[in-house]
Amino acid sequence: MIEAGVSVIFWILAFIIIVSALAVVTLKNIFHSALFLILCLFSVAGIYIMLHAEFLAAAQVLIYVGAVSILIIFAIMLTSNLASERIVQSNKNALVAFFVCLMFLVTTIVLINKTGVWNYTSGVLPAENIITIGKLLMTQFMLPFEVVSVLMLAAMIGAIVLAREDKA
Amino acid sequence: MEYQLPEYNLLKMLPEIFLFVWALVVVTFDLGTKRKTGSAVGYLALLGLVITGLILIFTGYGRGFGNMFYNDPLALFFKIIFLGASFMAIGSSFGLTHQKIINHRGEYFALILFSTVGMMFLSSSNELLSLYIGLELTTIPLFVLAAFFKDDKLSVEAGVKYLVVGAFSSALLLYGLSFLYGMSGTTDILLMKVNLAVTQLKFEGNIGIILIMTIMLLLAGIGFKLSLPPFHQWAPDVYEGSPTPIAAFLSVGSKAAGLAAFAKIMVNGLYAFYDPVMTPNDWGILVGVLAAAAMILGNVVAIRQSNIKRMLAYSSIAQVGYIMIGMVSFNELGMSSVAFYIFAYMFANMGAFAVVAFFEDKTGSCQIESYTGLAKSSPLLSAAMAVFLLSLAGIPPLAGFLAKFYVFAAAIKMAGTDGAYHWLYWLVGIGLLTSVFALYYYANVIKTMYFSASDSPYKLRFTAPALTVILIGLIGVFLFGLYPEPIMKFASNIPASLGFIID
Repeated sequence: MIEAGVSVIFWILAFIIIVSALAVVTLKNIFHSALFLILCLFSVAGIYIMLHAEFLAAAQVLIYVGAVSILIIFAIMLTSNLASERIVQSNKNALVAFFVCLMFLVTTIVLINKTGVWNYTSGVLPAENIITIGKLLMTQFMLPFEVVSVLMLAAMIGAIVLAREDKA
Repeated sequence: MEYQLPEYNLLKMLPEIFLFVWALVVVTFDLGTKRKTGSAVGYLALLGLVITGLILIFTGYGRGFGNMFYNDPLALFFKIIFLGASFMAIGSSFGLTHQKIINHRGEYFALILFSTVGMMFLSSSNELLSLYIGLELTTIPLFVLAAFFKDDKLSVEAGVKYLVVGAFSSALLLYGLSFLYGMSGTTDILLMKVNLAVTQLKFEGNIGIILIMTIMLLLAGIGFKLSLPPFHQWAPDVYEGSPTPIAAFLSVGSKAAGLAAFAKIMVNGLYAFYDPVMTPNDWGILVGVLAAAAMILGNVVAIRQSNIKRMLAYSSIAQVGYIMIGMVSFNELGMSSVAFYIFAYMFANMGAFAVVAFFEDKTGSCQIESYTGLAKSSPLLSAAMAVFLLSLAGIPPLAGFLAKFYVFAAAIKMAGTDGAYHWLYWLVGIGLLTSVFALYYYANVIKTMYFSASDSPYKLRFTAPALTVILIGLIGVFLFGLYPEPIMKFASNIPASLGFIID
């Protein structure tokens, strides 16, 4: 019963993801595209929860649905006249791009399925996903975690330099 | 599962920590003095690099945080190269900071230092996660630096192009790294190596199928950083648009960082799969093809360039091709010749870019034809440029010649000892042939400076920082061309840190 419920939820999510992703690249109004992008990313977070990857789901919602989407919407609103205009979403290379992406997708799926070597998982789900990641970040992976803060600082300084208006 | 903080040995990390703090000092100093200090900020940044170098020498080998920070000969050698490239890039920026970026001097120097810190972290990490973070810390400041002339359309275009390509290539690299993690269950490169070999045995080569995909992704990701064809298109545009010292730093520092990442992930991590007998896993010949493409394309297209920065961009694409010959001749000499090559390349290329930057500051031009008759009006500058270009072309007795010699020798030695490596002869042949093209376009610049009837309208007077950088370049090119032993001796320790067993 639960199994069936889970797969129903999966198919609903998959349907939403595909339809909204298509809407992102086909709609004529860029603001609508942005809204569908949010829906798409949110549904992907749902898939992560179904895979018991709670941390990934939370990060997805916080970063993509929260920060990135807000940024996109602000960019659209601040760019003059962009929100109302009808935009052209594709050019003459669309078909080629489609086939290249399709090839990459098919190759990846085939290769992953053919490879039986993902044997380093113990087969048991870790009970406290987020707690484990948090503890690892503060112990074993302390160094990269700290270096990220240096990275953030450098990015922040860079952003200020580029965005600030120079006085003559 | 136990959670323990690994032994962290922060003292071994002192050079990086110091340089990071120093970058903050540079910004604060510039802000605190209300940006009125002239060149003092630049000298402060240079001083920081020198002190970091001294600390680095006294710190020596050692490790911290497990394998995440491992100061081995490879790390030490590359760190010296990064510091040198950074020093020379900052030294040739003084003219620029006087004219164009007077409002953001501190940030400009600090971002170069941040990028250097990232490179240093990258070169000493033997772990995928910290390596990736190091690579990001290297490139993100460079995006900003490439777009630093905010009013210049070309510079902004360079920044945006570099950002898009950089983000894309990082994503590809990360995708490849995630496959590696999935196959080996660890991010520690040394452990990953063992695990992959065990898995390989267990599945009788079945791992190869997914590994090809992984290797493709990794090669594409690192290939973008190295501007190895077919991932090179961004390089000429970005070099042309960005401030000249930054173009120089991109072509030496960022490239050396990419090579360190390549050596760590591919040569060390996927060592077991560099085996010509197992044809599907043999990534060596693939890299060989890319190297040949780099040498041919870089050298041929460089001939047609009229902008000297674009010419040097294509020449640097070709130089990576030569370096990759050493990388794929999978023996000890190969690995140490790669290190020597980058070392020699640093002096020559940074020197050539320093001359270009100086010339651009004074005259505002990057066209090769502006150099017409320069030898009469500015003899020292022209002579320095000629020496750097001849070293890049590989003319004895300059360092560039020995670098090429070692790389070719390594390839020939490997091809001679193992029949499966016969394709290396082809690579050497292409290398020798394309060197002739290279000589043509380098000599063309020299001809423009020396053998032309008209006189140069420019009479240039050296500034102290530019002169220092050019002199460092000249000393390096001559000294290590005539007396390479100490560097080669140091470099001969590097193969051991990449898992080669030296008899």
